[in-house]
Formats: sequence, structure tokens, C-alpha cells
Amino acid sequence: MFVTYLLRELRRRMRQAIFIALGLALGVGLVITVTAAASGVSAGQRTVLKSLYGVGTDITVTKAPTASSGGGPGFRFGGSKGTSVSRSVLVSGGLGTLKSSDVTAVDSQKDVSAAVGALVLNDLKFSGSFKPGGSAGGSGGGSAGGSGAFNANSFTVTGVDPADDSLGPLASGTIVSGHGITSSEAHKNVAVVDSDYATSASLKVGSTVTVASGKFTVVGIVRAAQGVTDADVYIPLARAQALASMPSEVNTIYVSAASATDVSAAASAVSRALPGATVTTSSDLASQVTGSLSSASTLASNLGKWLAVMVLAVAFGLASILTVAAVTRRVREFGTLKAMGWTSRRIIRQVMGEALVIGVVGGAAGVAIGYAAAAVVQAVVPPLTATTGTANQRSGGFGRPTAAAAHTVSVHLTVPVSVSAVALAVALAIAGGLVAGSFGSWRAVRLRPADALARVV
Amino acid sequence: MYELCGVTKDYPKGRTTVHALQGVDLVIEDGDWLAIQGPTGHGKSTLLQILGGLDRPTSGSVRLTGRDLAKLKEKEITKVRAASIGFIFQTFNLIPTLTAQENVETALVPLGVSPGERKERASQALADVGLGDRARHLPSELSGGQQQRVAIARALVKRPAVLLADEPTGNLDEGTRDEIMALLGELWRQRGLTMVTVTHDSSVARRAQRIGLMREGNLTIRPAENGDDSPVSPAGPRHALPTTLTALD
Repeated sequence: MFVTYLLRELRRRMRQAIFIALGLALGVGLVITVTAAASGVSAGQRTVLKSLYGVGTDITVTKAPTASSGGGPGFRFGGSKGTSVSRSVLVSGGLGTLKSSDVTAVDSQKDVSAAVGALVLNDLKFSGSFKPGGSAGGSGGGSAGGSGAFNANSFTVTGVDPADDSLGPLASGTIVSGHGITSSEAHKNVAVVDSDYATSASLKVGSTVTVASGKFTVVGIVRAAQGVTDADVYIPLARAQALASMPSEVNTIYVSAASATDVSAAASAVSRALPGATVTTSSDLASQVTGSLSSASTLASNLGKWLAVMVLAVAFGLASILTVAAVTRRVREFGTLKAMGWTSRRIIRQVMGEALVIGVVGGAAGVAIGYAAAAVVQAVVPPLTATTGTANQRSGGFGRPTAAAAHTVSVHLTVPVSVSAVALAVALAIAGGLVAGSFGSWRAVRLRPADALARVV
Repeated sequence: MYELCGVTKDYPKGRTTVHALQGVDLVIEDGDWLAIQGPTGHGKSTLLQILGGLDRPTSGSVRLTGRDLAKLKEKEITKVRAASIGFIFQTFNLIPTLTAQENVETALVPLGVSPGERKERASQALADVGLGDRARHLPSELSGGQQQRVAIARALVKRPAVLLADEPTGNLDEGTRDEIMALLGELWRQRGLTMVTVTHDSSVARRAQRIGLMREGNLTIRPAENGDDSPVSPAGPRHALPTTLTALD
């Protein structure tokens, strides 16, 4: 009788039931879509941060450049009239220097799981000819009395420690040809080349690439993570230190915390171990991210969240009002049932059951709407960009300390619908049904049977 | 048997109080058929609702087989209604979304009767009122007289001791009225019911054993006039009210 009565009653007020279910479905669908979009934006942000750090990196340690650190190339071209020159030097990319012993110090901290050092450099090739009259500097200009025609080319080089390939600048990329730099190659002239650079420079595994004065054999091609622009060439750290005349020096330390909850503690420990160094965590970097990804994040977490809450509240309210209205029309019916001996509890169960069915149908429809909307958003939203400007970034130029360069990453937004989001949304729809049913039930049973029977429909 | 003693019922109405019942004393024996007649608004339906436990008196006692309905908790009164009291209403009050059979079954739901037995008893009850072939019809597909028959079946399917009918022919034409009253009379005779009928129609009231005249909340009982439609005592054994009304829900 319970099910028969319930289904017949819903069929009688089918339009109203569908209207209520649709309202709940819209609210549920919006919750799912916003949650999925927020999740996708978070994933995008993680991608951005990973690209800046490398996989597994929670903290980076750098140092602001001083006058004598990572300094200018000091090009000097003495000579007589019509001299041709060609120089290739490795210079630090606008970062101060840290010692290799600093890496050990960081690695030994309690909340640190691992630490590796890297040397982020620019390979500057400077060639041309000049007429006598003085020396010429780099891009900063020369002294009076001389003139010349020069070409300058540069590409980025990072010296990586092959001892730990799960951390550091190469960790976020994928080796698509050959292999990465192994521990046995730590002192060899081998290189891994970025796939885009390899294409532009016509390099492949087995090719030779010149870094400063050294010829390196390409042993692997790496494809950077989505939208990431990283170094063009990776060589063993020891070789980079030698070529850049920076023995036992690094300019970036990549740190992995013992656990996700230890990042702050690890950062604090590193700061204490290396006073004067710049210690940056992913949350620090996240706060510096600007661009459409950042805007999307704000949109999803603020406007999106409150919009979903508002729509759900309106849906709950409408469901309650309409359920109460429907029950009011049946007051005499319920009075008759009470006259026949139906308990208030049985009547409440009937009303709640009807509201619950509407809630479940609304939830199911909402899940479908949520999935569809998430798919549409993922299909139509353009790639989002994230820009961050920190001292961690490579700068161009000739090794002079420069203002921190902006680093832009492009991310295609995914809108993944998670099981937990679906479960939450369905629970909300059912809750909406129960809330509406509660109001309706209260209306149904609060009257004495005599009063209920006296009502004129 | 019913014993009412000094029953009053007052309703607040704005700044005044309406005295719907003013000290009603009444005894209804097992198997009696009492008709309560009177103009509209003089307390007939109020008295019937108090007899059925649908409302509580402001003062006085309403004893049904020794138990004072006025003092019972809501749950207990509900159980009494479920097991022992059948109702018939002027507007039939059938559930519009349920078939005739399902409407009759609703009276058995609180008694915990199994679905199979419910169907069987409902089917029989409809057959007893001549609607065995209308079991699957919705109320909207039945005439007024047929709907009232379904309501009678619903009231009697649980084999109550008491049948309370509030203007059972109020919404019916003359011919159908006579049919329904004849049916009620027949069922009363066959089953030895204790029946109370509220009506403003003298021709309906005359069918009862006794007539109570309700005027401004006061009840005066007189025997029915002898006539063609006046009932005789039930031929069969009287249906005795159980001495204890046990909960079956």
C-alpha cells in the first residue's frame, strides 16, 4: 500500500513533482560542475607549480644575487683592426650562489625527505668582429673609440644531479628518446635535450651539442610537462660547475618534505639552516600566480561556490513550499486516514517517502546534468595561463642580476567529476527531499482529525 | 456501549466562544441505531466526532465499553478507531488516486493485515455492497452512490463494533439516498452494528430505532416513528463490543 499510494500520488501531481525534481537537479548539477571545475583548476595549479618545481618538489631554495655572484661574462676582446671573436660562456641565470655543502645541510634537516642541487645557467655565444679602439662589454655597451658587429645567441642550460632523478628540474619531464643522465655519467660530457629545442636545433640522440667550451653527446630527449618551458639542455651538475667556473656551487636547491603536512616545518628548518637564502614553498608560489588560471580559481572557489549554494537553497525552499502546498490540498485526505486509524507516523512516512523519491530523482538528474555541464565546460574553455615572477626563474641577458623574469605556463583545464562530488550532490538532493518532506509532514499531522475533516478542499 | 456524561464542547471564535455541545448525556446500547437530527450548526457533527474520538470534549466523559475516550492518549484513541469504529462521510472522502479495492484496503492497513488477506477481505466487502465488479475503478470513475458504497465497504471491512455516519446521503439524489439507507439498514441488521447516523433529513432519520434531536448543543432522544422504513431489531445475534479494546496495529 505504501508504494502504491506513493507512486499514484506522484503521478497525480506529476508536473509539480517534475518541477521540484528539476529545481533540485539544477542545484545538484551546479554543485557537481563547480566542484569539478574547482578540482580541475586545482589540478591545473598543481601542474603549474610542478612545472616550476619539478615533480616531488615542495620547497625551492635560492639566493638573491650579489655583485660578485654569477657575475657578468667579462668579455674582453683585445686585438688589432678587423679582429673576429667568438666566445661561448656559461653564466648564472640571475641567481645568487649556494654551496654544495648547503645541499647537504638542507638534506639533513628533520622534516626533509630529500634535497638536490642544480645549477641554472645561460649559455651565451657571442661572435662577430670589431675595429680597435677599446673593449666591448656585453649588452651594456662599450667604450668610446671602438665599433663592431656582433651576434649573440643563448640557450638555457641546467646542471642536474643524476643521483636523484625523482627530484629537480628534470623530474617533471618525460624521456621520449634515449635515457636520462645516470649516476655513472655524473662526470661525463653527456646531455639531455628538451624536445622543442632538439627540434629547432636538429638534435637527436647521438648528436653533439656544444655547451660553453665542451662538446656533449645527446643521450636523451625530454618532453617538458604540459605548457612548461624549462631548460633547453641538461648536463651533469659537476660538468656545469666546471664549465661555469663555479666549483662546488649551485644556485637552486630542490627540496622534498617528509610529508605534505611537514612542508611548513621543513621550510622553517631550511630557513634556519640557511639564513639569507630565499625559501619558497608551493603555497608561496601559488599566491604569486596570476593570469586566467588564477582568475578561474577565484571564480570557481568564490562565485561558483556561492552560486551553487544559492541555487541549492532556492531549490530547497521551492521544494518545501510546493510540498507543503500539495499536502495542504490533501489535509482532508489525511484526516480521513487518521479517522480510519492511520497513525501520524504512518502518514509522515507516506509524505516523506513521496518527497524522498522526488529528491532521489532530482539527484539522479542532477548528476547527469553535472556530468554534461562538466564535459561542455572542458570542451569549450580555452587554455588557461598562469604567470608567476620569482627570482627562481631564469633571466636572459649576460649574467647580470636582473629583475625577476615572469614565467608563464599554459594549462588546458580539465573538469573531472569525482565520485565524492557525485555522492555529495546526491546527498544534498536527498536532504532537499527530506527537508521538503519534513515541512509537509508537519503540515499533514498538526491538525486534529476533526479539524482536518472540516477543511474544504 | 456508549455512555456520555455531561459532555460539552466549546470553540473559541474570535472574541467569543461557541458552545457546540452543552452538557450532553447519552447512552447507546450495543446494536442500537441512533439517528441524530437537527439544523445545521447545532452540534450534530461535533457530537459524532466526539463519539468517534476525532475530537475531545471540553468537559465530560465519553465512555466506550468502559474506557473514557476523553482521557486516552492520541495513540490509544487511534488504535480504538482502527479496530472498532468505522466512519462514513457526506463527501465520501475516498482517496482519489486509489482504486475502489485499494480504498477499502486502507482501512485494514493499520491493523497489520497481510497484503493477501487485505485484498481478499476488501474484495468481499465490495461484493457485500454490490460493487464486486468495480474493484479496479478509481473514485472519479464511479457515481456518487457507488462512491458511498465503497465508503461503506471501507468502513465495514474491518468488522467494527461501531459505525458512525455523518450525513451519508447528503450528497446524493433521492433515489440513491434510499438505496444507500436501505443498504445501511440491511448491514445493520445483518451484523448487529451499533450505528449512529447524523442527518438533517427526516426520511433518513426515521429509519433509525431512536432519533436524537440536536438543538443549540442540547440533545433530546425520542424513539423513531413507526413507518415503512422503520427498522426492526437486528435478526441475527448482536455484535458485542469487546470488553477490552486491544491494539491491533
